[in-house]
Amino acid sequence: MRVGVITFPGTLDDRDAARAVVAGGSEAVLLWHADADLKNVDAVILPGGFSYGDYLRCGAISRFAPVMQLVIEAAGKGMPVLGICNGFQVLCESHLLPGALTRNSDLHFLCRDQEIEIVNNSTPWTTSYKAGEKIVIPLKNGEGSFQCDDKTLAELEGEGRIIARYVGQNPNGSRNLIAGITNARGNVVGLMPHPEHAINELTGPSAQGLGFFTSILNAMVK
Amino acid sequence: MALDTVVIAQTTPDNVQPFAELGLKPDEYARIKEILGRRPTSSELAMYSVMWSEHCSYKSSKVHLKQFGEKAPKSDALLVGIGENAGVVDVGQGYAVTFKIESHNHPSFIEPYQGAATGIGGIVRDILTMGARPIAVMDPLRFGPADAADTRRVLPGIVAGVGGYGNCLGLPNIGGEVVFDETYIGNPLVNALCIGVMKHSDIKLAKAAGAGNLVVLYGAKTGGDGIGGVSVLASETFGAGGSTKRPSVQVGDPFVEKVLIECSLEIFAEDLVVGIQDLGGAGLSCATSELASGGSGGMKVALDKVPLRDPSLSPEEILMSESQERMCAIVEPSKIDRFLEICKKWDVTVTVIGEVTDGERLEITWNGEVIVNVPPRTVAHEGPVYNRPLAQPAYIDQVNSQKVNIPMPRSASEIKAAVLKLAGAPNLADKSWVTAQYDKYVQGNTIQAQPDDSGMVRLDESTHLGVAISTDANANWSYLNPYQGAKLALAEAARNIATAGARPLAVTNCLNFGSPEDPGVMWQFAESVRGLADGCLEMGLPVTGGNVSFYNQTGAVAILPTPVIGVLGVIQDVRKRTPMSYKTSGLELFLLGETKEDLAGSEWAFLHGQRVGQSPDADLAREMRLIELLLEGNTFFTAAHDLSQGGLSAGLTEMVLRHNVGATISLPNPAIDLLSETPGRVIVAVEANKVSQLQALATKYSIAISKLGTTGGDLLTINDSVISLDELRTTHTSTFPRLFG
Repeated sequence: MRVGVITFPGTLDDRDAARAVVAGGSEAVLLWHADADLKNVDAVILPGGFSYGDYLRCGAISRFAPVMQLVIEAAGKGMPVLGICNGFQVLCESHLLPGALTRNSDLHFLCRDQEIEIVNNSTPWTTSYKAGEKIVIPLKNGEGSFQCDDKTLAELEGEGRIIARYVGQNPNGSRNLIAGITNARGNVVGLMPHPEHAINELTGPSAQGLGFFTSILNAMVK
Repeated sequence: MALDTVVIAQTTPDNVQPFAELGLKPDEYARIKEILGRRPTSSELAMYSVMWSEHCSYKSSKVHLKQFGEKAPKSDALLVGIGENAGVVDVGQGYAVTFKIESHNHPSFIEPYQGAATGIGGIVRDILTMGARPIAVMDPLRFGPADAADTRRVLPGIVAGVGGYGNCLGLPNIGGEVVFDETYIGNPLVNALCIGVMKHSDIKLAKAAGAGNLVVLYGAKTGGDGIGGVSVLASETFGAGGSTKRPSVQVGDPFVEKVLIECSLEIFAEDLVVGIQDLGGAGLSCATSELASGGSGGMKVALDKVPLRDPSLSPEEILMSESQERMCAIVEPSKIDRFLEICKKWDVTVTVIGEVTDGERLEITWNGEVIVNVPPRTVAHEGPVYNRPLAQPAYIDQVNSQKVNIPMPRSASEIKAAVLKLAGAPNLADKSWVTAQYDKYVQGNTIQAQPDDSGMVRLDESTHLGVAISTDANANWSYLNPYQGAKLALAEAARNIATAGARPLAVTNCLNFGSPEDPGVMWQFAESVRGLADGCLEMGLPVTGGNVSFYNQTGAVAILPTPVIGVLGVIQDVRKRTPMSYKTSGLELFLLGETKEDLAGSEWAFLHGQRVGQSPDADLAREMRLIELLLEGNTFFTAAHDLSQGGLSAGLTEMVLRHNVGATISLPNPAIDLLSETPGRVIVAVEANKVSQLQALATKYSIAISKLGTTGGDLLTINDSVISLDELRTTHTSTFPRLFG
């Protein structure tokens, strides 16, 4: 299976995401923000970083990158898309996902090992987990506080579109402890913490992030 | 201001020039006139003034620093030594690692966020310039008293700046130091270290060789930031009544630097440059003169071609501008098209500004008129050298002759109180408030980071080769005895990587001192350099480069002599490293090394306001035996943790809290055993069936060994003192949030 990993100028976790894709059993295909085609990938990951410096609003410029028009189109046809951290922000700015990520409630960048609960294991990115399974993966961002209006929140809760929640104290002020959500169709997932940094215990706090990358292989093979 | 050209300079020899305002002494100005055979143009004066500043020319330190060359141990590992942008060492398997530490102290006091941010940016470009991919940063920091109002201004800004810039570059921050002392109140120390990796064949040097090759400026456009920053900021103190010149600190743009890194690495990979230099302190003045000087000497530059952010800048200002995120490359004409193409891919501004010539002069023109015509070596390498007077300061005999006289805990409750006091002391308390603002995971190769003894990163995913690095300084010891202090810092840094199983390989240093015009400070500096050079020779570790920061002083008060020493080492298989703590019960804890009554310069003495007595003597032969023991024991140690500031008390606190598994400790002389800071000691945890193996190793390497206790439970029990891990953790972790929010 071919999983694309997009590099925008300022993307940082692209090689880490590609490494995790390979560890999950798929082939990683590197995509450039200016690319005019998706190189026949079966799924796409938007990795973390500070695309275009994130000086305007996180992800606000990246959504206009040529490759994003292709991603939006493919997502509309059901292609699985995973946005991690900055990638999640780009997906919100692209309106593939609702809501917005704002400054952490304590106004500091926060890097720590974070426990999250997988709430929805039916997306192509989460089938390797049990519903309710708790995992520890790194959280690292300055603008990770998920915000949306009450109506959207009710929809997300009501339709089971919250895919992961923070466990314990709210690390950044996200509404309803939201760490990740999916779109109505369930193929586009945005996640603030970083599963690609938890694929082994040598370089991460656990190997519990690998499930996102084995999930996508399973989803494609089916 | 009218353009001052070489022609005009020749015809107006008596024009009065503001050399003193630019920081040049009368004899230095006279020497420039002698070199040129005329008065300098205003542009030449600008160049000489920045390049001959203390910061760029090392004019006060040079005569001492040459010991690092003279006393250099034989080392097969050293590929590039002192003098280039950063030293390079061979770490095996075809990999070369470059690392260097630099100070950005003064700008960080004025504007903490940008000062610290551009400190990271500058050292990262130094590493990139060698041809290496930057792979990690570290940041040894020092501040005034933790509860001082100005520390609350400076520390959060500096931490946010280090994080803001480094995080945005995608560089894991794998360690550093946060130390508080009243002498740093007006002079916080921001030292930044970067490590980079490359293949041997990819090493790049700062030289402009080959007549006809092009001089290419790429990266950010040039603006008015930091003009004269190097000369003025780093060479004058902030005393009352002093100069009022406080030019703007440079402002960093990490996104531009991130793009510059990727763009440069792509250019390097296609072998498109002959030589390269980053633009840091002294900007274009430095880059052009150093590149020309590193080659055959000849270079022509059309300064009017430099892309500007502010079109009103004069040629002098363009030469001095310290706008960040710029690089200068020497490119063969046949390769320029590809070079431009890669820059275009990354949307990086790129301009050919000149070419390498046959001559031996650096000639800079402005709209066709010659405004600079100098022998580049005289600017870059042949600046003034001062053998400044030095004298042992009076305080040395006075403090050395006194004995530390502080209350020592006796009863069980006093011992518990002492352990808790140290656990919560700002210098020893948990630093998560700081390090949580740094990304330690990016790049996916971080094996160890703070609070481990050292930072460790993997270089190769298939062979598991890695490097470890630690930076250390004990300024209290350096104050009592700068010669021993430097040696002790070297030993500590080496020990900190050896506990993990990495073999020390090479040394970098950042020497932070007060004013070199004070003979007492100069003596501290000379003694520190002598100690470090002697120590490196004895331990067989080459100094690959470093940085000197003088004038860290407010009025008559200098900072403590603070030589920050970084030691880099190699570990063949990062999977087999020894961690700093344990996760299981029933392990045996041993202390390697003998504990003497070393309270002088200790944290316990500091907490009682005493900085007197004699520092311990560094026994480097014993340190080297201990290192060999640690490397051999790496195969069967469960955990190993270095003891330094805060002694055994701090070491045990850090170990039991790491994975929340307690320990029961039995000490014959608890007060001294816990609080003394005798160097060369390590706590080791082993399984019970490995004890005899450990004892055999200690015998083999003639290292004293004593049983401390066993692991397990949720208490730290020391003789009759019982501390719950919850209480210990609360004390250890609440200090920084309480102080800094």
